[in-house]
Amino acid sequence: MDKVSKLVLSPAPHLRGNASINRDMYIVTLALLFPCAGAVYFFGLYVLLMLAVGVLCAVLTEYVAKLMRRQPFHMDGSAIVTGILLVLVMPPRTPLWIIAVGAVFCIAIAKEAFGGLGHNIFNPALAGRAFVTLSFAGALTRWIAPVSSLVADGVTAATPLSEGFITTLTNGVPYKALFLGNVAGSVGETSALLILIGGVILLAFGLIKWQVPVFYIGTVSLLSWIMGQDPLFHLLAGGLMLGAFFMATDYVTSPLTTRGKIIFAVGAGILVVVIRVLGTMPEGVCYSILLMNALTPLIDRYVRPKPYGHMPTTRKGA
Amino acid sequence: MKMHVLQALGLGRQAGVHPPARKLTRARAIERMPLPSKVILPLQQHIGACAKAVVKRGDEVKVGQVIAESDGFVSAPIHATISGTVKQITTIASPITGQPIPAIIIESDGKNEWIELVPADSEDLSNEQILTRIQNAGIVGMGGATFPTHVKLKPPPQKHIHTVIVNGAECEPYITADDRLMLEETDRIIAGVKIAMQILSVTTAHIAIEDNKPQAIERMRRALAQLSSPERITVVTVPSRYPMGAEKTLVKSILHVEVPEGGLPMDVGVVVQNVATLAAISDAVTLGKPLVERVVTVAGMVSEPKNLMARFGTAASFLIELCGEPDTSVDQVIFGGPMMGIAQPAYDSPIIKGTNCVLLKRSDFRDEHSCIRCGRCIDSCPMGLMPLMFVNCDKKREYEALPDYHIANCVECGACAYSCPANIPLVSYIKNGKTELRKRGIK
Repeated sequence: MDKVSKLVLSPAPHLRGNASINRDMYIVTLALLFPCAGAVYFFGLYVLLMLAVGVLCAVLTEYVAKLMRRQPFHMDGSAIVTGILLVLVMPPRTPLWIIAVGAVFCIAIAKEAFGGLGHNIFNPALAGRAFVTLSFAGALTRWIAPVSSLVADGVTAATPLSEGFITTLTNGVPYKALFLGNVAGSVGETSALLILIGGVILLAFGLIKWQVPVFYIGTVSLLSWIMGQDPLFHLLAGGLMLGAFFMATDYVTSPLTTRGKIIFAVGAGILVVVIRVLGTMPEGVCYSILLMNALTPLIDRYVRPKPYGHMPTTRKGA
Repeated sequence: MKMHVLQALGLGRQAGVHPPARKLTRARAIERMPLPSKVILPLQQHIGACAKAVVKRGDEVKVGQVIAESDGFVSAPIHATISGTVKQITTIASPITGQPIPAIIIESDGKNEWIELVPADSEDLSNEQILTRIQNAGIVGMGGATFPTHVKLKPPPQKHIHTVIVNGAECEPYITADDRLMLEETDRIIAGVKIAMQILSVTTAHIAIEDNKPQAIERMRRALAQLSSPERITVVTVPSRYPMGAEKTLVKSILHVEVPEGGLPMDVGVVVQNVATLAAISDAVTLGKPLVERVVTVAGMVSEPKNLMARFGTAASFLIELCGEPDTSVDQVIFGGPMMGIAQPAYDSPIIKGTNCVLLKRSDFRDEHSCIRCGRCIDSCPMGLMPLMFVNCDKKREYEALPDYHIANCVECGACAYSCPANIPLVSYIKNGKTELRKRGIK
């Protein structure tokens, strides 16, 4: 042993767990592969192009933004996740240039302009989706039925949440098709089954808390039932499942504490039903989460854990 | 009912982390190591006032002789740990704080001559006499906190103490010093428990052991079953979850009460003592033996990790040499466990009263990233805090906001930093915040 060699000083703890941002993001990416696979299966190989453009533009935008901000670029995987999520909430035949514009907006405006990963107020993918919907409304309303062939262009079809969809049904609500994903809709939102598989992966790795999807979906079911709607239909149709497992659980834009997360989930659930049933838009998941994102700082301000040994009576003044 | 609902919703506190145990020295009996040729004895090995040297250069000393007297009530004397000659009174970097502190260097005469010890029967002694013997023996909390034991055993009269909790949790990875002591010195520990119960006039004691030490639990239970006069001492198995051994965590885990914020376990009628401290109490009271040695686990990147009985003042390098070859990539020596231990500046840092482990490791610096607000630090905090807020306040220099987030409650266990995916050194930020508050005189 070399006794004179210098020892390195460092503060405790000298042991770190195996959690890392990269690991988190790659697990989310892995979980997203299931809805992605479903998207390709139901809506054709064009979805692969959409995914490639979305991810590539997101990563490139982050790289350029970091250059401009003179900050080091880390390939932490968060831009990949944003790119995939953006594509998954797009209609099946969205022009690629719109995907590109959306991805640039997600990263440059919704994320980097606010300070980068960890500082953004709104979920980047949903902010991007809202942006392109408002900007290019005409190009984003062409919904197609799932295609039988992987390359063929589909025929226009109504999404389950479109005006009058239910009234056209003659054989009752097609729960099985809604669960498996064999319906019109945004590419990654239609298959509840594949999203659930991804969600179970997230839960198994401890990345998300079960309270978020359960309270979000539970609130939507309960409230739509109270309002005389079919709760199971509301649960399976539209983007609720994807939103509940992959968007409302976003660390950065949701509250810190479990209590806060529950408030967030219930609030978003109420908004979904209000928008779907009372509003003029067919779908409300995107805006429900964005609105609750805006409330997150407020929730975090008031919902805090109880410190060990803290007695409310010992509180002085404040 | 309310608790059940909260727990079902995942809102009950299930704090703490599960670092890998790595207790590779569990089956290695305590080895009495050869005496070193020289010891370096810092005069502050405890919380409280630094002891005052009462020997001078050239003096002959015997093992157990007082070489520095305690300075005040919250202080502890220092004894010679080998016999020989006082070679030098100097200043060294404290193995705890890194700040310069006085130290006495003794050169061995190789004889290991002890002072004359005066045994006694604890039942013939008054509480005052027992406390004096403990105080004179220089006993401090040996779990690492090193608070003078005689102070802890003499709570203010208005505090009604009803329970002694014996801390055998040993929740830090690698360390097996207390585990081995419980297996090999069971009776000494129980004798110490009885003395502590006698002084505090309590009838209940719980020996808390983490469930990853089944042998110690078994051994302790058997020893208690053989007691002639059945005292109300029970073994309580606690879950292996870091930081179970932190006093306040332990109190809550066993008695289901929380120590009031800013308070001490005695505020809820509890005194917590570590197993090694209790064994030392037994030696001090019944044998009149001062505290000169302890069990130290040498662990980490050495070929033969061991549990060694080491005299205080022995250089860490001397212990390491007895444990085979250290890995060539070792560049850190930690006193204590990997979660709360202190990195030492040199291989010759001396073992002191609170050193339960010498851990050899390779430094592992990781880039700090931005907080992603994942909330893992909140979930892991045993004190119910929001550790990321301390980092936010520090970065913005808004130190005045720190008390709003109950920074004083933080025990610096490091569970937050352990679980952080962004490699944020939260404990460093928290310590910095506490320092800034002290500078500003804000409590």
